[in-house]
Amino acid sequence: MNLRHSWIIAMKDIKIFIRKRTVLSTVVLLPLMLSILFPLVIEFAGRRTGGIPTSYLITLLDSFAWFFVIIPAVIPGPIASYSIVGEKVEKSLEPLLVTPITDGEILLGKAIAAFLPAIVATYAGAAIFMVGIDAVTQGKLGYLYFPNWEIALILLLLAPLAILLSIELNVISSSRVNDVRTASQLGSVIFLPFIGIYLAGEIGVITLDTNTLLIIAAIMAALVLALFRVSTALFQREQILTKWK
Amino acid sequence: MAVDGLTLEVSDGEVFGFLGPNGAGKTTTVRMLCCLISKTSGTANIAGYEVGNDADSLRIRKIIGLVPDNVGLYEGLTAYDNLDFYAKLYDRTEGQRKESIASLLKMLELWEKKDVMVATFSKGMKQKLAIARALVHDPQILFMDEPTANLDPEAAKTVRDFILELKKQKRTIFLNTHNLEEAQRICDRIAILNTKLRAMGSPEELERSVRGRVTVIQLEQTSDVILNAVKKLRLGDVSLDGNKLTISTADPEKENATILDAIFRAGGRVQSVNVVGSTLEDAYLKLVRERGAQ
Repeated sequence: MNLRHSWIIAMKDIKIFIRKRTVLSTVVLLPLMLSILFPLVIEFAGRRTGGIPTSYLITLLDSFAWFFVIIPAVIPGPIASYSIVGEKVEKSLEPLLVTPITDGEILLGKAIAAFLPAIVATYAGAAIFMVGIDAVTQGKLGYLYFPNWEIALILLLLAPLAILLSIELNVISSSRVNDVRTASQLGSVIFLPFIGIYLAGEIGVITLDTNTLLIIAAIMAALVLALFRVSTALFQREQILTKWK
Repeated sequence: MAVDGLTLEVSDGEVFGFLGPNGAGKTTTVRMLCCLISKTSGTANIAGYEVGNDADSLRIRKIIGLVPDNVGLYEGLTAYDNLDFYAKLYDRTEGQRKESIASLLKMLELWEKKDVMVATFSKGMKQKLAIARALVHDPQILFMDEPTANLDPEAAKTVRDFILELKKQKRTIFLNTHNLEEAQRICDRIAILNTKLRAMGSPEELERSVRGRVTVIQLEQTSDVILNAVKKLRLGDVSLDGNKLTISTADPEKENATILDAIFRAGGRVQSVNVVGSTLEDAYLKLVRERGAQ
């Protein structure tokens, strides 16, 4: 596999999607809004209630941190869908497939194009979130809550896995539809289980501690491997040209 | 089955035309030769490499260029960026890329538009850019699938002229078309395909392959003696309409001299001689209809 070819494809896709306002806004606005919103919520909730109890505050912060698994699961959708279904719509896959590059190189290029902006946006949002939360909670807690092991696990393990899952789902949905928006919507069903986990944490069914996060990461890794097989099997040039809708 | 029983050989530097109606298997054949889809049986070789062999497929794709029936350009990129992207995929150095892109865009009169988004291009400009894309790595063999379809006459002429320019450069071109005039003007040899190969040869050979050419001779005056003299030659059907004598001929270039000699010997005087021949269109229609009747 020639990684240079994948990189060329990824850079081309990123160059195109940067010019697409709808795609760009999902990548930039979602993490930015949530990373600013959460510290503001803590600050105003504290002021209104005369101070959030410490134990509840910590549960709340862990729940908010979980959003940095949900955000990377959502961001790659529009990019991955545009990157694959967009090529189908523009009929540019045939000239691309006739170049001396392998199916794996194309798929990797598409994955890099969706992965890089998603991870950069997630990390940038997380940095703003952590600084903001520490600024509004240090007085109450007496120490800097972030960074901690949980957010480290989320950012270094769960967020990349969530991005990979999202990309794989989008490759699979892209092979079945002819419309960028539909592919993106189908691919974004991935965020539903993550919302479920968030709600379970909120109502106290599970605690999003290090052990739970590691178990979730193991399940996600297994899913990533399983979906990798499906998406690579679907992303074959002959299938793309003759069987994809 | 899209294509069946197809045997052909295209020489280096030849412009080979593939004629056939919609659904004849032209695009399928090109896709098979470009290693985009697999053949169910049979063999094909391009420049000594075997189509269908994984390692050879990559080698084949390095030495071919494809102008597909849909231009498939990146509308969100400029003309230059479209070509640069493809040139990079063929591992061209920066110097090679700059040189070939500039040369192609200038030749195709798109240099002034190099930094303009492709989305704003006309159909003709997009088609020219698709041709430039197929040539950006200087391929030995160029496959073109209906390169002038859906273009206005002016844009179609520009594209045709450019293909003729490529022909002068002795580039091997495999041209899918259903434009007979285009095939006749550009191609050294033509194959007529309708799922199966119906005929193959130079445009002239294909024209000659269809019977039905007639020699029309305008006489000053007719007589039974002249008519009988021509009939005695037993070349084909002879008919007379006023002073116009019409004779079916298989090979008028050879037989007309004999006919005229017979008329002169019978005392006839000739005002004009015309060969009303079958055209490539006649040949094409006959061969395609034969297939339909089978």
